[in-house]
Amino acid sequence: MINPNIFNNDVEQVPIRKGFGEGLVIAGDNDIRVVGLCADLTDSTMMSLFAKKYSHRFVEMGVAEQNLASVASGMAAMGKIPFITSYAMFSPGRNWEQIRTTICYNNRPVKIAGSHAGVSVGPDGGTHQAIEDIAITRVIPRMVVISPCDAIEARKATIASAKTDSPTYIRLAREKTPIITTNATSFEIGKAQVFFDGAEGKNKNDVGIIATGALVYRALKVAQFYKEQGIKIKVLNLATIKPLDEQAILSLAQETKAIVTVEEHQIAGGMGSAISEYLAQHYPVPQEFIGVKDLFGQSGTPDELLEYYGMGESHIKMAVKRVILRK
Amino acid sequence: MSPISPEKIHEFKKKANDIRKTIIEMLIEAKSGHTAGPLDMTDIFTALYFHLLKYDPKRPDWAERDRLILSNGHICPVLYATMAHAGYFPVEETLTLRKFKSRLQGHPHRDFLPALETSSGPLGSGLSQAVGMAIADRLKFFYCLTGDGELDAGQNWEAMMLAGKNKLGNLIVIVDRNKIQIDGFTEDVMPLEPLKLKWESFNFDVIEIDGHDFEQIITAVNQAKSVLDKPSVIIANTIASKGIPEFEGKFEWHGKPPSTPEEITTARNALNKIEEQLK
Repeated sequence: MINPNIFNNDVEQVPIRKGFGEGLVIAGDNDIRVVGLCADLTDSTMMSLFAKKYSHRFVEMGVAEQNLASVASGMAAMGKIPFITSYAMFSPGRNWEQIRTTICYNNRPVKIAGSHAGVSVGPDGGTHQAIEDIAITRVIPRMVVISPCDAIEARKATIASAKTDSPTYIRLAREKTPIITTNATSFEIGKAQVFFDGAEGKNKNDVGIIATGALVYRALKVAQFYKEQGIKIKVLNLATIKPLDEQAILSLAQETKAIVTVEEHQIAGGMGSAISEYLAQHYPVPQEFIGVKDLFGQSGTPDELLEYYGMGESHIKMAVKRVILRK
Repeated sequence: MSPISPEKIHEFKKKANDIRKTIIEMLIEAKSGHTAGPLDMTDIFTALYFHLLKYDPKRPDWAERDRLILSNGHICPVLYATMAHAGYFPVEETLTLRKFKSRLQGHPHRDFLPALETSSGPLGSGLSQAVGMAIADRLKFFYCLTGDGELDAGQNWEAMMLAGKNKLGNLIVIVDRNKIQIDGFTEDVMPLEPLKLKWESFNFDVIEIDGHDFEQIITAVNQAKSVLDKPSVIIANTIASKGIPEFEGKFEWHGKPPSTPEEITTARNALNKIEEQLK
């Protein structure tokens, strides 16, 4: 179901945002109502693929993210399906209130693609590393939040989001990311998928890891590592952070009674928070959180930064041990 | 040559006064809300809904309607009152303004009143939405109403640049130049002048009018509609709280309703007096 080469050292790597760019072209092929708007970052958000093919359906906004969100709302009011792009720090960062009021409160099906999310943006430094975007989007009523784990999933998420009436945030990373899924891997908004089953369906797993975005790859590697040690881990890929696939989360908690959440985002308000909000009410189990602990990012290589901010494989491994001890 | 007969103008004045009376009763009943803006924009709303706009109150979703986008949502009492007088809903319903479960929310919300083009309240984003609509459908007219204090918000100027760049001849902006905002007079809080030059330099066709002169309002809108190669703005010079001399021009009336018995009597008497004069 997932890429059979995922644990090879030479696994193919593609930026997640590229999947968005390709998906948008297909969404545009599928439906003439699809339009693209970008705030002066057309190439680096990969909207350029759409802008080139459908120049008459592309609006260059200049460096004006507040206008970006509200103009898209107006276009949606007239029947268009607008996709807006910038860096996540600026959209949905700078234009949050416009997204809340003119898109979500107005109930307009605008799709917000935030590129360069996470500390793995790297050398640009903390100003450009959005690690609060999941929190600020999932808190808005009506908003759907999707965080694809690789370029293929980003392509599918983009195509699928164009077919819904919901305001949607799609979180994209800048760096090349291992290809985890295949064209055949199923994707449905709101559905989580088991990407690794250490128990191989025979008996119960010891720990459940729920991961989202590019860090799904590291979660898989940790699960593979522990499998060889006799610790069985089930890894759930949570591409849709809102609405939550409650059934999948509940079954994982019931099976493992120990959850580790993994995301490249502040722990406060992120995907792990969403999981704990659900489990605390329905099936409380020990939970460990991998994410940024109330800090800003800084310059560095993606690996240096993920390690420094506690999101490396070693940290996930320790979190697995801690959660087992808390069972 | 006047585009409109003196009889017609007399009719507009009577209708505007009826709408002002509705606004004042709404505010008195609601015990909160904004007085100055709704009263000073009543003549423009009257001209729009009873002469200029293409719409059908029985089919608010009629695709071919003109779109009116109210950016400064806090002046919604004038929008609601005018819509009621235009037949969208009974005038009695206006007394539900700001009450629990009312269709007439304190700031406009499409969920509650789907006939609205947009929900609004946070200032500075209506123009962007109107620009988006005008880009999406260049064969329809879009009227965006904004306040003047609202122009302090930078997003307006982002929207103006985009409108100018795209030569949106189907976009008509009407600025309520009442020269007041919550904290004081606009020129003290954040000077807007030279406002006409600012809009011109953003590639708008600019028309400045007396916002209480029906002939000027109608002429200006028709002129704006005839400009096809650039967006238009009508800077409507208005008198805050127009119609109630004791309240007129005072920024203190921006965001409160008549509440003391004296204020309520003053407001009602002023509008009744105009009604008598128009008989």
